[in-house]
Amino acid sequence: MKEFTVLDLLDLDLKEHNHLQLTCMAGRSGLSRPIKSAKIARPGLALAGFFVSFSGDSIQLIGRSEQSYIDMLEERGEYENIEKLFGYNVPCFIFIGDYMPSEHFIELAEKKATALLTTPLESSDFSRRLYSQLDEVFAATMTIHGVLVEVYGIGVLITGDSGVGKSETALELIERGHRLISDDTVKLKNISDAFLIGSGENPMLAHHMEIRGLGIINLTNLFGVGAIREKKQVELSVFLETWDQTKQYDRIGDTLTDTFLGITVPKIVIPVRPGRNVPILIETAARNERLKKLGYYSSREFDQNVLKWLESEAARRMYFSSDDIEGETGIDQ
Amino acid sequence: MISRDLEVLNRAGIHARPASEIAKMASSFKSDIFFEKESMRINAKSIMGVITLGATYRSKIHCTCSGPDEEEAMAALSALFERRFEQ
Repeated sequence: MKEFTVLDLLDLDLKEHNHLQLTCMAGRSGLSRPIKSAKIARPGLALAGFFVSFSGDSIQLIGRSEQSYIDMLEERGEYENIEKLFGYNVPCFIFIGDYMPSEHFIELAEKKATALLTTPLESSDFSRRLYSQLDEVFAATMTIHGVLVEVYGIGVLITGDSGVGKSETALELIERGHRLISDDTVKLKNISDAFLIGSGENPMLAHHMEIRGLGIINLTNLFGVGAIREKKQVELSVFLETWDQTKQYDRIGDTLTDTFLGITVPKIVIPVRPGRNVPILIETAARNERLKKLGYYSSREFDQNVLKWLESEAARRMYFSSDDIEGETGIDQ
Repeated sequence: MISRDLEVLNRAGIHARPASEIAKMASSFKSDIFFEKESMRINAKSIMGVITLGATYRSKIHCTCSGPDEEEAMAALSALFERRFEQ
């Protein structure tokens, strides 16, 4: 994996509610320093001189209390701990609010090539945003050959052998008003072991599709911005395969799963043969998945109803003599 | 299963046309053919996948073939890389 540097942190392209609003105040030569840990450290104890289990490879967040403590130390002329802190070669310091570090601090930063960043956000808000970004940056990733589409709000990952009709299926789904995230190569990310997020490998090439006979087409131009999406949680895996006469396919549902990067998602296997409308099968599967999320399992519910019905039939049977049943008459007789 | 490093020898790198040559060649074999570059692993039978690699001049691609005709597939692909994708 490519190293994630402080400059990359400043360059993250984020929308309003997770924008980090970082600017660099000093120590520009330290922008190339790699960030190796997904943790954020508050160096309060370190500034007080307690360096045991100090995480020197983490981003150092200087909140308001640390800021006043630094001011106090500098007023007293006690620079030892601050210098020691720089000695750890921390990736960068981030100051909260409109605090301006002292000349001495800036001088140290320039000398040690450590970037000083600032953000107008409050520290709790900033930590939350930064943590969620770092989680994504340091997440385990893999690329997979397949198509990711959003169908009725469910992220559906379509996989299958080359030439089985993944792209055509996706095209039909888009035609029906669903959205494409990526065709052909899907980058999967494990976000805090809870979500599997899929996106295109390269934003430059995403939302293009290769369809045999048509060549390469641009989905955004053809179908508009409503037909595409940047990323989406994968909630259903669909495997397309050519119909195999000898194989027994799932006839009831609810049994198969797929695991990507340690995260398990429900899976369906759809046998493909000419004339089979795969997009409508996927649409139905996505609707069914939404029902399941609401706690309604079609096949289980059906099975329970069958059981209930059999039970009540058996119960009724006890009240009838064998003659009554043969004659199909009421209780009065 | 056999694997080998292939080097991109044409100046322009792998753009649409070379990618289509590679995908066409790969699709003519039964074996599964995968290209690996950095953390990416893609199916060589798909044009978009091969383009996504972003292989520039002199970059190396790790090619893996597995299947009944893996030897022939590997030989044909290395020859294609050496011919600079017919350009």
